[in-house]
Amino acid sequence: MSEQTQTGELAAAQAHAAHADEHSQGHAEGHGHNVSYGTYFMVWLGLVALTAVTVTIAGIHLGSLTLITAMLIAAVKTSLVGYHFMHLKYDNVIIKVFVLVCLVIFLTFWILTFSDLSFR
Amino acid sequence: MANGSLANEVSYLEYQGKHKGIMGWLLSVDHKRIGLMYLMAIMIFFFVAMTLGVLMRLEMLTPGETIMKPQTYNSVFTLHGVIMVFLFIIPAIPAVFGNFMLPIQIGAKDVAFPRLNLFSWYLYMVGAILAIVSLFIGDGPADTGWTFYVPYSIRSAQNVSITTLAAFVLGFSSILTGLNFVVTIHRLRAPGMTWFRMPLFVWGLYATSWIQVLATPVIGITLALIMLERLMGVGVFDPALGGDPILYQHLFWIYSHPAVYIMILPAMGVVSEILPTFSRKDIFGYKQIAISSLGIALIGYLVWGHHMFVSGMSDTSRIVFSLLTFLVAIPTGVKIFNWVATLYKASIKFSAPLYYVLGFIFIFSIGGLTGLVLGALATDIHVTDTYFVVAHFHYVMFGGMGIMFFATMHYWFPKVFGKMYNEKLAVIACTVIIVGFNVLYFPFFIMGYMGMPRRYYDYLPQFQGWHILSTVGSWILVSGIVFMFGNLFYALLKGPKASMNPWGGTTLEWKVPSPPPLENFDEIPVVTGGPYVHDKATYIMHPSKEGIKANGGVKTVNQEAAL
Repeated sequence: MSEQTQTGELAAAQAHAAHADEHSQGHAEGHGHNVSYGTYFMVWLGLVALTAVTVTIAGIHLGSLTLITAMLIAAVKTSLVGYHFMHLKYDNVIIKVFVLVCLVIFLTFWILTFSDLSFR
Repeated sequence: MANGSLANEVSYLEYQGKHKGIMGWLLSVDHKRIGLMYLMAIMIFFFVAMTLGVLMRLEMLTPGETIMKPQTYNSVFTLHGVIMVFLFIIPAIPAVFGNFMLPIQIGAKDVAFPRLNLFSWYLYMVGAILAIVSLFIGDGPADTGWTFYVPYSIRSAQNVSITTLAAFVLGFSSILTGLNFVVTIHRLRAPGMTWFRMPLFVWGLYATSWIQVLATPVIGITLALIMLERLMGVGVFDPALGGDPILYQHLFWIYSHPAVYIMILPAMGVVSEILPTFSRKDIFGYKQIAISSLGIALIGYLVWGHHMFVSGMSDTSRIVFSLLTFLVAIPTGVKIFNWVATLYKASIKFSAPLYYVLGFIFIFSIGGLTGLVLGALATDIHVTDTYFVVAHFHYVMFGGMGIMFFATMHYWFPKVFGKMYNEKLAVIACTVIIVGFNVLYFPFFIMGYMGMPRRYYDYLPQFQGWHILSTVGSWILVSGIVFMFGNLFYALLKGPKASMNPWGGTTLEWKVPSPPPLENFDEIPVVTGGPYVHDKATYIMHPSKEGIKANGGVKTVNQEAAL
C-alpha cells in the first residue's frame, strides 16, 4: 500500500482512537426517522406561500420596515429549509449548536453593518 | 505496504514510498512534505513581491518618473499587495509551520484529513497560477490596490476579474486548511494533552483556523460579486444601478480585518514557543496568553469599520467601531506584558530566534500603538490614506508576521532539515534586517504625518529627503534578507547535523529525531504536564515500555491517577 494511503489510514485510525470529545461525534442525518412525503409537501407549500408574501410586500411601501420584513420572511424560509430539508431537526445537538454559532456571527455582522446604513 | 517501524527508521526527507522523486512530493499526503511544498512556493512569491516592493521604492527615489510609468506603478503596488497578503503573509506560518509542527506538537501522526491537506496545496497553487496569468493576458495586471475597492474595480479596464478569481480560489485553500486544523486539534491530541497542556503555537493556530473557516467565505462571496458586477452588471455595489459602494467596503473588511489576525496570531504563537525555550523557564501567564488568542480572534471580528472612518459611514457606526477597536488592544497588551515578564529573571540564552523575537516585540509594539492613532476618530481623519497607514501596517504585518516568519525559520530549521546554520551570521543578518526595516518604514510615519498620500506616483519636493532615506533602508533590508537566506541555504547544503534538541526546547517536536520520521512517533506519547516545564519530563514517549496500555489512545482513570 502506498505511503499516502498508509498515512491517511493511520490518521483516520488515530481519529477514532483519540476521541477526547466523544460526545461530539455527529451522526449521519436520516437515522431512526421516517419523514413522510406529506410533510415535505407541506413545507414546500409553506415556502411557496412565503415567496408570494415577499413578492407582494415588495410592492407595498413600508418605509424602513421594508428591509426588516423581507429579512424576517427570508429567515423563516431558511429555517424551514434547514430544519426539514437539511434534516437539522433530526441532527445531533452539536450540529445544531454549530449552526446557531454561525447564525449568531452572521447576525452580528448584519447588526454592525446596519448600524451604518440605518443611521447614515 | 511499508510497515510502520520501517517508515520510522528513516526521516520524512529520505523515505521512499510508492512514488519516487518529485512525484514522491507532489503526491505525498505527509503533513511535513506538504508543509515544505508550501515553503517552496511561498518563498518564490515572497521574493517576487519583495522585488516589486524594491522597484516601488526605487521609483520613489525622485519626484516624477524615475524607472516606470504611472500606470505601471499602480499595477506594481497592486501586485505587491496581492502577492504579499494572499500568497505570503496569510498562508506562510499556518500552511508551512502549522502543517509541519501542529501534528507533532499535539502528539499525532498527521493532520485529521491528509488528502484534504494536499488538495489545499493544489488549490493554493491554482490560485497562485491564476494571479500570475493575470499579469500576461488581456489588458494588463490589476491596478486597484489589493483592496479591489468599488466603483473603480468595476470600471477598471485592467485584469481585475482574474485577480479576484485568484484571491477567491486562494480563499478556499485557506478555509480547507483551517477546517483541517480545527478537526486535528479537537480529535487528534495525544492522551493527556488537555487543552491547557497544548503548546501556545497550537492555541494560535486554533484561533487562526476558526477565523479562516468563519470569515474567509465572506471575502469569497464579495469577490464573486465583483466579478458578477463586472461581467453582468448586477448592481449590488454600483450606485448608478441602486447599489451601495460602501457595502463593498463593509464586506471586504468583514474578512480582511480578521485576516490581519490570521496573519499575526500564528506568529504570536511562535513568540510564545521561542521565549520559554531561550529563557529556560515556563512562560509567564500561559492561560492568559492562550485565552487572549481567542479574545483577539473574537474581538477582531468586530472592528472592521475602522478601515472606513472617512468613507461616508454613519457617525453612530464610527463611534461603535472606534470603541471596539480600542478593546482589541487589551488581549494584545496581555500577550506583550506576559512575554516581557517571561524574560524577567530568566536564564536567557541569546540566539538568533530570540533576537528576532526581541526585534518583533519592539517593532510590533510600535505597529500596535500607531494602530490606536488610527483607531481614534479624530487622528485617523488627519492621517487616513497617507504613508502613516502604510507604515502602520508594514510595522504590524512585516515587522510582526514577516520578522516572526524569519524567527520561525531559524527556530525550527534544525528540526525541519536536520542541519544547523551558522549562528553568528544569523545574528548579523537579523541585525541588518531590523535596522533596514526601521530605516525603510519609520520615515513613512513622518511623511504620512506631514501629508504624503499613499499610492501616489509623484510627490512634492519637500518629501524627497525622507523618500531617499526610505529607499536606502530598502536596500539595507533586502541585503539582510538575502544574507539570511544565503546563510540558511548554505546550512541546508553544508551545515553540520543537528541534534534532536539543539535549543533545549520542551515541547513534543524536540522529543523526536531531527528531521522527524514519516509518522513522527514510534507510538503515540502520553502527556503528563504542561508544555514549558524545564525541570522534569512531561511526556512518556514510549508508554507501552512503561507499562501504560494505550487503551485505544485514551488513558483509563487509573492510568491518569498513576501519572
